[in-house]
Amino acid sequence: MDPGPIDGALRDLSPQVLGILVRRGADFAAAEDAVQEALVEAVRRWPAELPTEPKGWLVTVAWRRFLDARRSDVARQRRELAQVDEPPPGPTEDRDDTLLLLFMCCHPTLTPASAVALTLRAVGGLTTRQIAEAYLVPEATMAQRISRAKRSISGVEVGTPGDLSTVLKVLYLIFNEGYTGEVDLAAEAIRLTRQLAGSSEEPEVAGLLALMLLHHARRAARFAADGTLVPLAEQDRSRWDEHAIAEGVVVLQAALARDRLGEYQAQAAIAALHADARSTAETDWPQVLEWYDELARLTDSPVVALNRAVAVGEVDGPLAGLRAVEQVPSDVPRRTAVRAYLHERAGDRSTAHDLYVTAADQATSAAERDHLTRQAARLHDRP
Amino acid sequence: MAKYLLLKHYRGGPERTDYGTIPMSDWTPEEVSDHIAFMNHVADDLRERGEYVDGQALSPDGTFVRYDGPGRPPVTDGPFAETKDLIAGWMVIDVDSVERAHEAAAYLSSAPGKGGEPIQEWIEVRPFLEEPKSVSD
Repeated sequence: MDPGPIDGALRDLSPQVLGILVRRGADFAAAEDAVQEALVEAVRRWPAELPTEPKGWLVTVAWRRFLDARRSDVARQRRELAQVDEPPPGPTEDRDDTLLLLFMCCHPTLTPASAVALTLRAVGGLTTRQIAEAYLVPEATMAQRISRAKRSISGVEVGTPGDLSTVLKVLYLIFNEGYTGEVDLAAEAIRLTRQLAGSSEEPEVAGLLALMLLHHARRAARFAADGTLVPLAEQDRSRWDEHAIAEGVVVLQAALARDRLGEYQAQAAIAALHADARSTAETDWPQVLEWYDELARLTDSPVVALNRAVAVGEVDGPLAGLRAVEQVPSDVPRRTAVRAYLHERAGDRSTAHDLYVTAADQATSAAERDHLTRQAARLHDRP
Repeated sequence: MAKYLLLKHYRGGPERTDYGTIPMSDWTPEEVSDHIAFMNHVADDLRERGEYVDGQALSPDGTFVRYDGPGRPPVTDGPFAETKDLIAGWMVIDVDSVERAHEAAAYLSSAPGKGGEPIQEWIEVRPFLEEPKSVSD
């Protein structure tokens, strides 16, 4: 067997094996070390002879390594070692241990950055180097971040019900980071969310999956060949991924049918309405606005209020949109850019130009800044 | 997570505390060593927290350079002994919030000077422009 499929299989199996060890009562950090050793052993031995039960093989080897490490620790501490020889009685192992692991890695006591790093490492099976590259930090820094995170959750009792909303937030953060290194974090977030959706009935999980699929579908159209950001209104919609859109819509409809609306479902519904339109003009803006009203009831996020103002501008005209922007706190990112856009639509090119200049200064990404600078340049009055 | 550039200035920025204006050449060798050791300790602490990205000290001797047309050598100017602003070094950190970035900068600014007291020098904190997010509308 060549190394390719083995690597893939190990990446799928390692979080499951880690989950089993943790549920058997192994300390998280010690379990992770043991699983790493078992993986090294597998890479060495599997090419010659692939075990009939790869997962069982890994669990056995990892558990043995864990016990060996425990024994030498225990011996060092001159303690009795009999009680660790056998796995403690517990629930059977057909439960989804990956899920258990995901909840541990997204424990609410961790900072978002730690939870993200630990999730990608322990559940995603990415190497520390890959995660470091994706977040553009040195590998040593990422290694520290991960080992700190492991230490913080070492005391967490296994099986304590996790906080689903924190898990969803971590997955959303991973998705939103996009991709900068060799690892496609958006695709990775979709893979993990899909896994979670397979074992959770909670409609918000499906809502988040749908949201990711619908946004991911537009990715090829979001940037021009030279890296320039292309706003939704100007995107070549023939470049949107129809399969991802179709899947997103199906997942969303199933979630909405459960009749427990949440933030992610409402956001996905808006994304689905955009995906459904052949152009900005053909977008069902009244329905988009209704969903923003719904979303505003679910969250007091000022970002939602700002996006809602854009929809108001499309439905009731730019002046109504500008009145809606007045209600949005002035420090919300992109508020000035939205005002510039609405002033231009209202025919006031000069005000729009000045606002685009200010908005470019306030941009938080270079791609956005360059886009806004071009808008300002386009409206510049030249003799 | 967001990256921030922490800038340490030789000159420029808001007015320094009186204590912070005592030149290093007036310190004892031990005080200089303690100051440098503290700076290294801050970097180690940031590494241990998984927040350190990079950092360098810069020579004060800078030269201004510009293009001067096709086939012509670059024009250089400086160094300028009296420029208002002079950067001594920089550090890049990757942290969870702007509050945490300020906390780290304040820690750096607590480095000891003459007599071992914090010199409270101003550290400039500049956010990096990020990659655009996957969800933007």
